[in-house]
Amino acid sequence: MEKRVTFSRRGLAFALVAPQIVITLVFFIWPASQALYQSVLLEDAFGLSRKFVWFDNFTSLFSDSIYLASFGRTIGFSVATTALSLGIALLLAAMADRIIKGATTYRTLVIWPYAIAPAVAGVLWFFMFNPSIGILAYMLKALGYDWNHYLDGSDAMILIILAAAWKQVSYNFLFFLAGLQAIPRSLIEAAAIDGAGPFKRFRTIVFPLLSPTTFFLLVVNIVYAFFDTFGIVHATTSGGPAQATTILVYKVFSDGFIGLDLGGSAAQSVVLMAIVIGLTVVQFRYIERKVAY
Amino acid sequence: MAGLQFTGVRKTYPNGFRAIHGVDTTVADGEFIVIVGPSGCGKSTLLRMVAGLETVTEGEIHIGDRRVNELEPADRNIAMVFQNYALYPHMSVFDNMAYGLRNRRTPKEEIESRVAEASRILQLDGMLDRRPSQLSGGQRQRVAMGRAIVREPEVFLFDEPLSNLDAKLRVQMRLEIKRLQRDLGTTSLYVTHDQVEAMTLADRLIVMNAGVAEQIGTPLDVYTEPATVFVAGFIGSPAMNFLPGTTTTDGRGVTLDGSSQTLPVAPPSSASRDKITVGIRPEHLEPTSPDAASLALSVDLVEALGADSLVHGQLAGTTQGSAVTVRVDGARRVAAGEALSLAVAPEHIHFFDADDGRRLV
Ligand SMILES: Nc1ncnc2c1ncn2[C@@H]1O[C@H](COP(=O)(O)OP(=O)(O)O)[C@@H](O)[C@H]1O
Ligand SMILES: [Mg+2]
Repeated sequence: MEKRVTFSRRGLAFALVAPQIVITLVFFIWPASQALYQSVLLEDAFGLSRKFVWFDNFTSLFSDSIYLASFGRTIGFSVATTALSLGIALLLAAMADRIIKGATTYRTLVIWPYAIAPAVAGVLWFFMFNPSIGILAYMLKALGYDWNHYLDGSDAMILIILAAAWKQVSYNFLFFLAGLQAIPRSLIEAAAIDGAGPFKRFRTIVFPLLSPTTFFLLVVNIVYAFFDTFGIVHATTSGGPAQATTILVYKVFSDGFIGLDLGGSAAQSVVLMAIVIGLTVVQFRYIERKVAY
Repeated sequence: MAGLQFTGVRKTYPNGFRAIHGVDTTVADGEFIVIVGPSGCGKSTLLRMVAGLETVTEGEIHIGDRRVNELEPADRNIAMVFQNYALYPHMSVFDNMAYGLRNRRTPKEEIESRVAEASRILQLDGMLDRRPSQLSGGQRQRVAMGRAIVREPEVFLFDEPLSNLDAKLRVQMRLEIKRLQRDLGTTSLYVTHDQVEAMTLADRLIVMNAGVAEQIGTPLDVYTEPATVFVAGFIGSPAMNFLPGTTTTDGRGVTLDGSSQTLPVAPPSSASRDKITVGIRPEHLEPTSPDAASLALSVDLVEALGADSLVHGQLAGTTQGSAVTVRVDGARRVAAGEALSLAVAPEHIHFFDADDGRRLV
C-alpha cells in the first residue's frame, strides 16, 4: 500500500513545500536561466556593452582546440576517478561485509572522508604530495620517483584524481556495503556447495547481483567527477601546470571570472548542464527498468 | 553412494554459545534421516556442519569413509536444499541447475542430458528459460531440488525445504520428496520442526532438544517408546498428557498429585518410590463406564475436527488441576461441563523419572 498523508487545508501543504521551491528557484532555476541568457550574448570585459549573438558562443566553443582538449581531459579524469573510487569502495565493502568484530568502527572510519569538504580534501592531498614538505612525495622520492605536481602535468592530474576519488570512496562504500548485505547469505553458500571458489562466486553471483547498485554509482560518480570537483582543483593545482588539470568545471570558472569571457563561460556551463541532465535521464530510465534480474 | 558417521560432534559458536552438545550416530547408505526438534535446538547447525558451512568444534564427521571435517563444501560431494531455496535470481532455471556442473567442468552434453532428466522428473520442462522470479513457490522448490539432484551427490541435505509452502503444497511435495529419495536411493539428512513431516518422511528420526540428540530411532519406536518427557511431548499431535504422581507404598499403583485418584498400574521396578511423571497420549484415553479403575474428567472445551474431537478438561478432584486432552470419535457427543470417565490400556501408559525426564523401564 502506498502511504499517503492528506492535508485538510491546502494552505498548509503549500506552506510546507514553499521553502524547498524558493530555494530551488533562487539557487537553481534563476542562475540556470541567467546562464542560458548569458550564453547567447557577447559582452565586453567591463560589462558596458552587450550584443545578442545567437549561438556564436557555442560554435566558437566547439571550434576551440583548448576547449576540446579540456573536454577530453575531463572524460579521462572522470573515468579514472570513477573507476578508482568504485574499485576501492567495492574492495573495502567486500572486506567489511566479511568481518563481524569491530565492523561498526571500521565502517565509521571509512565513512568519515565523506564529511570533508572537497576543498579540504584537496588541500589534504596537496600537502601530502607537496614536493618539499609532503610525506608521500618524500616517500616517492625515496623510491626513486621525483614527484612534482607543480611542474609535471601528469603528476598534477594523478593528484586531483586521487583526491577526488578518495573523497567519493565513502559514499560508494556505503551503497556497496548495503548492496552486499542485501544478498542472502544462502546464495553464497549454495554457490560454495556448487563448487565455486571465492573469486568465481564474486564474479558469477555477487557482482551480477550488485549490478543495479554499480550502475547507479557509476552515474553518480561521473556526475560528481564532472561537476563537483571544482573545489579540489581550485585548492590544489588551480588547473595547472599549463592547463594540465583544467577540467571543464574549472574552465567555466577560469574563463568567466579570470578571463572575463562571460558569454563563452556561460555557454560552457550550459553544455555542462546539458550533460548532467542527460546523465540524470539515463539514470532514471535505467534504474526504473533495467535491473539485471 | 555413502553413509554418514557422527562421532562426538560438538559445536561452539565463536560467541561462546554451545549449540551442539555431542552427537554420535551412524547413518546407513541410502537411509532417510530426519532431524526434528523445536526452533533453535541446533538442527540447522548440525546439518550445516555436514555441509561444511560451519566448522566442527569437536568430534568427527565421516561421509563414506572420508573424514570431512576440514574439507571445503565443494569437496564433500553433498547437495543442499535451503529453506529459502537460494536460487540464483539472475540466472535461468537451466543455468541454476547447470551452475554446479559447469563449475565441475562437466561436458556440455552431459550437463544438458542431466538437466533434461531432472526437469522431466520434477515436471519443470518448458520452464528452463524462466527466471526464478517468474516461478511459483512450488516450482522454485522443484528447481532447488533439481539443482541438488543433477549433481548426483552422495548425500542430500535439506534444511526445512517445505516450510515456505502452503499447507496443501507441503503435503504434496512431502510425498514427492519421499518418492524421489526412494527412487534415487541417496542418503538424506532432512531438517524440520514439523513432527508430521518428520514422522512421514523418516526411516529414522533424530529428535533434538537444546543441542542434544534426545532419541534416535524409527518413527514408530520414537512414538511408542519415547526416551524422554521431551520426546514424548514433541512427537505426536495433540501432545501427550503428563500427570505428576507418586508411587503408592505397595508399589502397585500411582497416586496422582493433588488428587484422590490412583492409577492401578505398577510403574517399572526401576522407579524409585517417589516422584514420577505419567504420560498418556490423548488417543489412548478411551471413554468408558465409571468404575474403580477409570479416571474422571470434567470437560472444559471440545474441539470438533470432524473425524474426531479433542476434549480438553481437568482431572476431577485435583486441587491445582491437571489439564488433560482426550481424542474421541467425532460421532460421540460431548459437551462442556460434562463429566467423562476414561480408561487406558496399561501398555499405553508411559512412566518417566520426574527429575531427569528419562523413561523408566
Ligand atoms: N552464527 C551463530 N552464532 C551464535 N549462535 C548461533 C549462530 N547460529 C545459530 N546460533 C544459535 O545456535 C542455536 C541453534 O541454531 P540453529 O541450528 O539455527 O537452530 P534450528 O534448530 O532452529 O535450525 C540457536 O540458539 C541459535 O541462536
Ligand atoms: Mg534452522
